[in-house]
Amino acid sequence: MSLTRRDAMIMSGVAVAAGATGTEAESAPASTRPPPQADIRLTVNGQARRLQLDSRVSLLDALREHLHLTGSKKGCDHGQCGACTVTVNGRRINSCLSLAVMHDGDEIGTIEGLGRPGRLHPMQAAFIAHDGFQCGYCTPGQICSAVAMLEEIKDGIPSHVTEDLNDVRYSADEVRERMSGNICRCAAYPNIVAAIDDVHGGRA
Amino acid sequence: MKFDSAAGQNVIDQGRIVGKSYPRVDGPLKVSGLAPYAHEYHSDAPNAAYGVIVGAGISKGRITAIDTSEAERAPGVVLVMTHRNAPKQFGIGHAPPGGTGPQQDEKDGGGEKPGRHNKPQLQGPEVRHFDQSVAFVVAETFEQARDAARLVRITYAVEKGRFDLAAEKDKGEMPEDTPDSNVGNFDSAFAAAPAKIDVTYTTPDQAHSMMEPHASIARWDGDQLTLWTSHQIIHWGVDGVAGTLGIHKDKVRVISAYIGGGFGSKLMIYGDPILAALAARQLGRPVKVALTRPQIYNHTSHRPATIQRLRLGAGIDGKLLAIGHDVWCGNLPEGEAENAADQTKLLYAGANRLLRTRKTELDLPLGASMRAPGEAVGLLALECAMDELAEKLGLDPIEFRILNDTQFDPEKGPERPFSTRHLVECLRTGADKFGWSKRNPKPGMVRDGRWLIGIGVASAIRNNLVMASGARVRLSGDGVLTIQTQMTDIGTGSYTILAQIGAEMLGLPMDKVRVELGDSSFPQSAGSGGSWGANSASAGLYYACENLRNAIAQRAGFNSTDSQFADGKVSAGGRSRNLADVVGKDGISAEGKVEFGDLTKRFAQAAFGAHFAEVAVDSVTAEVRVRRMLSVCAAGRIINPQTARSQCLGGMTMGIGAALMEDQVVDKRFGYFVNHDLAEYHVPVHADIPDMEVIFLDELDDKSSPIKAKGVGELGICGVGAAVANAVHNATGARIRDYPLTLDKIMAKMAV
Repeated sequence: MSLTRRDAMIMSGVAVAAGATGTEAESAPASTRPPPQADIRLTVNGQARRLQLDSRVSLLDALREHLHLTGSKKGCDHGQCGACTVTVNGRRINSCLSLAVMHDGDEIGTIEGLGRPGRLHPMQAAFIAHDGFQCGYCTPGQICSAVAMLEEIKDGIPSHVTEDLNDVRYSADEVRERMSGNICRCAAYPNIVAAIDDVHGGRA
Repeated sequence: MKFDSAAGQNVIDQGRIVGKSYPRVDGPLKVSGLAPYAHEYHSDAPNAAYGVIVGAGISKGRITAIDTSEAERAPGVVLVMTHRNAPKQFGIGHAPPGGTGPQQDEKDGGGEKPGRHNKPQLQGPEVRHFDQSVAFVVAETFEQARDAARLVRITYAVEKGRFDLAAEKDKGEMPEDTPDSNVGNFDSAFAAAPAKIDVTYTTPDQAHSMMEPHASIARWDGDQLTLWTSHQIIHWGVDGVAGTLGIHKDKVRVISAYIGGGFGSKLMIYGDPILAALAARQLGRPVKVALTRPQIYNHTSHRPATIQRLRLGAGIDGKLLAIGHDVWCGNLPEGEAENAADQTKLLYAGANRLLRTRKTELDLPLGASMRAPGEAVGLLALECAMDELAEKLGLDPIEFRILNDTQFDPEKGPERPFSTRHLVECLRTGADKFGWSKRNPKPGMVRDGRWLIGIGVASAIRNNLVMASGARVRLSGDGVLTIQTQMTDIGTGSYTILAQIGAEMLGLPMDKVRVELGDSSFPQSAGSGGSWGANSASAGLYYACENLRNAIAQRAGFNSTDSQFADGKVSAGGRSRNLADVVGKDGISAEGKVEFGDLTKRFAQAAFGAHFAEVAVDSVTAEVRVRRMLSVCAAGRIINPQTARSQCLGGMTMGIGAALMEDQVVDKRFGYFVNHDLAEYHVPVHADIPDMEVIFLDELDDKSSPIKAKGVGELGICGVGAAVANAVHNATGARIRDYPLTLDKIMAKMAV
């Protein structure tokens, strides 16, 4: 099932009306009604997880505050910085811009699932080798984004700088364009591009 | 140990580990998302309630009514705190009765200005800036707190505020800590100078925009407060929290083990730690709060805007005769001046000098330090003005700068020489590597299709600041050295370079060293600010390691002065023992501390550099693309070239941002920063930044510390924006004196 954010809001409203007793629902102002709960099943890093969540909980907060997977970062909560980037069914998204309730049945991939110290994913290792981070706060998002971005190129998905839409090829300019949703204020940008290039070229 | 005479040959000079590139020791945790930042200590505060700060919707005035009843009734809400029920706290200038414990350094709040770091919250109906805390809503969940925060109804009486620096600047006064600098006779020298310029530059308010928002978790165990927060200088954080709450510093533990960027934004505390602590005490359970991204811009601090008038006069030989730099800036009464004329004291020779800073009161949010406060914006003006005068004189901009080099403090004379100064070498090396000789000095002459191409240069200088710093070291029976210090790593590489210092000093490999940072239970340290961290914290650790070496040698029965530490062994007089055997199962610990004498007074100390930029400007749209950049730095010993290079890349990128896009737009009617998020306050992204090059010149500064290092984190931004602006001028002929150089401004002045 594919839910839009609007669909989810409508469903939450329905849940409220159905869940509350008639008189309370009519007399109490919206603000004092108990929040609607949703039963959500996610597969996170290959593990089945079941959550009973306030329907207002974003996918990012479900991961960070409820599953304690704090590798995905909250930099802006507005879809403007990319620190919260995770994969949903293999494609990268800003998890702060998506409600958890919209992802019932989805497969979520986070930095914790990519690799751990001692058995790092090649992209994680390349980020260390090229010093592709400083403070580290945008880093999980950069890495998740980079891994999924290479898949997008492989799958022929064009970007703003792709010249021939029928012939999508890897290039440094493609990487810079496609990674521009992931802000790094420490500005490890040249090192991140070098790390991605190593992974793309099979050198990491 | 007091560092008050030049360092001699020492263990660091071996360069076995120090001076080499090592990958970050905190890397594996950071790339796997396991390094915990302030808001992420779930297991230490398992039942934390969530707080959301309600910010003032006006910039100046009073709260006339505040209705919290609806918020209090909202589901899950456990506390709504406003000025009507918030506990009394202590502000700047007010020490709590009984004090908060001993003053820890000259910038602590215990001295002449008690409570310097205090930040009381919700102390009355008065509103002094937009998004100041006016209520704090705490609930069982974040969503409940966030929604309930919207239900706090506030009525204000709005007062007229002062928001326009240009309109207010003439009311400015000379700040106490920035007296005028008047050498020779500027007025007559400038009047008589054969070549001169008199130009005014403006720089806007800028936002640090570090990636991790300010966040705190507060937990009380009895009367003992633990705060997981994001702070660059731990003891300032302790001082601010204890001072504000009116409790002894021993009762406050601050932990900032990982910090998601600082750039000055986390040198002070803001609403989050204080409100979390107050609410947690009242509720008897931990409370966590993070500022939202939009709150950061108006609730916390920023780099204040400046207006700068540069008057430079030179002889026909190109020697500067008169240097005048007037700076106007604004701030809240307690805020400091943006000291944008600071670098002009030291950068160039010239007998007649007049530097003046005037600070006027504004009712905007607090202005404070952001990466290279003073120099970063001062050089945006000075280094473009130098370019303008070089053009007027018909001199090459690099030769003009070299002509005016000085090897001593030009205000004080030859009796205050520079400890080291390799500006000329930076300029010459950079010119050679960057292909400066191919530059066409006439603007607007080089084309690449629709693009106009230009290259520009600027000098970089950043004062070398030093701060007392301590560390504790312990060699345990398994041969592992553990380093503990309050020093923080805000992305600068402290974890890694301190491991390198420890490994070098004890003759250990890197994998036998553990570094623990950012905890007030460790010895006080310099912290991360003013580029003093790497040099000062390393020096403190150096002395701690010296004490540990002596203790180990003594335990081994060796003469400590000629003991050698290498390959996990201590050796002297032909005998050698394994360190692990000497220290035994209980290990040996030592502490050490560096304090600095008057070497920074006797010698002018600064790091130098030269930045080169090539830009392409779209001849139709005036869009600017930076094509390549080079920075050449002379900054003392480079402890880790890889992490130091990254610091420079970060500074260069932020400099590009300052030149081309960063601008907190002031709404002069309502007095706040309009573009308060990352979609509207633009910082450079991947697509804006090309491959960039950094070269470090070999340099040791033996007057700086036993490490002979200086800072690079701020040097990297100093002058960069001016190099870009000079390149835009070279490309188009447009001289924009109003930063940032957005396309509308360039298009209006483009000659072609």
